[in-house]
Amino acid sequence: MSRRVGIMAILWGIGLTVMTAVPATVVASDEESEESFFSKFPIETHGFYEMRGGYRLQNDKYEKDMSIMETRLQLDLFSYLDWGDLKFKSDVYGDLVTEKGYFDLREANIFLRPRDDMDVKVGRQILTWGTGDLVFINDLFPKDWQSFLIGRDTEYLKAPSDAAKVSLFGDWASLDIAYAPRFDPDRFIRGQRISYWNSNLFRLAGQDAIVHTDKPNEWFRDSEIAARLYKNINNYELAIYGYHGYWKSPGGQNATMTQAIFPDLNVYGASVRGAVGKGIANVEIGYYESADDLSGKDPLVNNSEMRYLLGYIREIGKDFTMGLQYYIEQMLDFSAYKRSRMPGPARDRDRHLLTLRLTKLLMNQNLRCSLFTYYSPTDKDVYMRPNVNYKASDNVAVEVGSNIFFGDYPSTFFGQFQDTTNIYAGLRYSF
Amino acid sequence: MKSVWIITCVLSLALPSLAAAQPGGETPDVQTIINKANIVAYYQGEDGKASVKMTITNKQGQKREREFNILRKDVADGGDQKYFVYFQKPPDVRRMTYMVHKHADPGKDDDRWLYLPALSLVKRIAAGDKRTSFVGSDFLYEDVSGRSLAEDTHELIETTDKSYVIRNTPKQPDSVEFSYFNVSIDRQTFVPMKMEFYDKEGKLYRTIESTKVEKIQDFPTVVKSVVVNLQTGSKTEMEFSKVKYNLGLEDSIFTDRYLQRPPREAMR
Repeated sequence: MSRRVGIMAILWGIGLTVMTAVPATVVASDEESEESFFSKFPIETHGFYEMRGGYRLQNDKYEKDMSIMETRLQLDLFSYLDWGDLKFKSDVYGDLVTEKGYFDLREANIFLRPRDDMDVKVGRQILTWGTGDLVFINDLFPKDWQSFLIGRDTEYLKAPSDAAKVSLFGDWASLDIAYAPRFDPDRFIRGQRISYWNSNLFRLAGQDAIVHTDKPNEWFRDSEIAARLYKNINNYELAIYGYHGYWKSPGGQNATMTQAIFPDLNVYGASVRGAVGKGIANVEIGYYESADDLSGKDPLVNNSEMRYLLGYIREIGKDFTMGLQYYIEQMLDFSAYKRSRMPGPARDRDRHLLTLRLTKLLMNQNLRCSLFTYYSPTDKDVYMRPNVNYKASDNVAVEVGSNIFFGDYPSTFFGQFQDTTNIYAGLRYSF
Repeated sequence: MKSVWIITCVLSLALPSLAAAQPGGETPDVQTIINKANIVAYYQGEDGKASVKMTITNKQGQKREREFNILRKDVADGGDQKYFVYFQKPPDVRRMTYMVHKHADPGKDDDRWLYLPALSLVKRIAAGDKRTSFVGSDFLYEDVSGRSLAEDTHELIETTDKSYVIRNTPKQPDSVEFSYFNVSIDRQTFVPMKMEFYDKEGKLYRTIESTKVEKIQDFPTVVKSVVVNLQTGSKTEMEFSKVKYNLGLEDSIFTDRYLQRPPREAMR
């Protein structure tokens, strides 16, 4: 009971902070016009206040019916000075599903342009590259799958990295290098609020079997490095990528099978993106080298893989776009896997995945209806993400959406989330 | 020696009269007028910047605002251009940047990119119908970036004291929602002052008016314009401030690098 009271206090606290924060920004912008502290050190204060709630559409015996119920304040502070930019973005939210309050620091970084041909960004930051639409091959920066599946804004799919990114710009090509001194894993599904297929128990599991991990956690020793070399030729964007680090979501188990582990992973890939006909086409490939099990014989560590993606997006009507993608994950040591695998449902060598995006804007682009669908003909499962977002004014937006899962088998990538199928609604005030 | 003198005399007499011909007497041909107007409307200087404020007012009187800064660089006068748009308002699109490599050749679609800061994502945008709304306003994408002159046939239908009135009829009528539009072009400055769009039934349904023109660095510049949609009862006002030409913008600004972190020129 006292815990509930605590949450209510947090929620109230957020509400009060918003009320006081909004007038504060007005004061700040007033002062900007005069010679004051703010004109020398201008801080742009923005953010939003949001309420979001959602429920499962069926019973999940391992989880609560409530899939999301939270109130959130995001503060976004930005300042540009002669020598660089400072950025700070944080979320404070009260979560009624876990009955806790959270502080999520999303960005806190310094951006510098030390030379004409060099940019540097150091600190907590969101990193993205690659050409896929909600499908990732060479983007090995952390994702928050839990937020994605319970109906938070798509912004939250990208989890922050604590990293230094150095970009060099040349006539011949440009180079980005992102170095994270300590491994930043995905915020993956661990059973806390979404049930999952547990291969040790041969069944779905949730709060009764929360995934415990043994995570590479040493500063500078357990580091990650990702690089991208890219060039634009007549607006065809070519890139090659490299990554040295770990499987971002658990890619194996320890010998006693009590903890999930993040084995070593190296990825080498390439992509091309450009106009084809009336649309934009993209091709991306990646070789996932599971460095702790190069032969593929170790049943406790993921096999190496090839990953392929082909995509095309174009406008098919006024303010109406359609995107199609075809994606393949191909296990490279399938015979070794078959010989040595653990008992339970086996996976196919290849996982094929099709995605379809439909987005239609209506009412002067204030109403956005979208549907993103993943369909795997090999796994025989489907994940649909319908969403309707209406901008009631320049500051207020309301949205409803759903995360819908189907599958023939409980052990497949999306099939395991059948009991997670949920519907949600949100109200956001941006300032 | 004698012939040189004669030539010199003829030239010195002819030059002032040539210069005087423009404002006073003869009317230039249609192609000259629309070419000049196109340059004045979309290609002033080598490059330029402006802060833009849009106010969209719907039939019910509800207002929405958009604020953004624009950088532009011409690849060739009357030809290809590069644009950079840095959004400041409303808050949900703040710090988004939009980049266009505009191609004047009607057969070639513009290249467009959008940077979403929350996801740190550079998105490539598929070529769209150019007659769709620009950022939800009553201005169409084509009004902002310029409709290719090659898409229409042009006819001078009236010459008044102040303006040339030109009727523009699309060569491919099925590709657009209007049957034709008339443009009134100022005879002195060649600024398009008013555009009137007629629907397939020949009824006026949409107007764009330049309501304030100022001379900035000697370039006549529309600093305020209004588009009215007579069908929906909605209107959008667009105001330009901090207009500057010939800043010497580098080509390198219109690349992926600055999309992710806009140049100072765009941010202020």
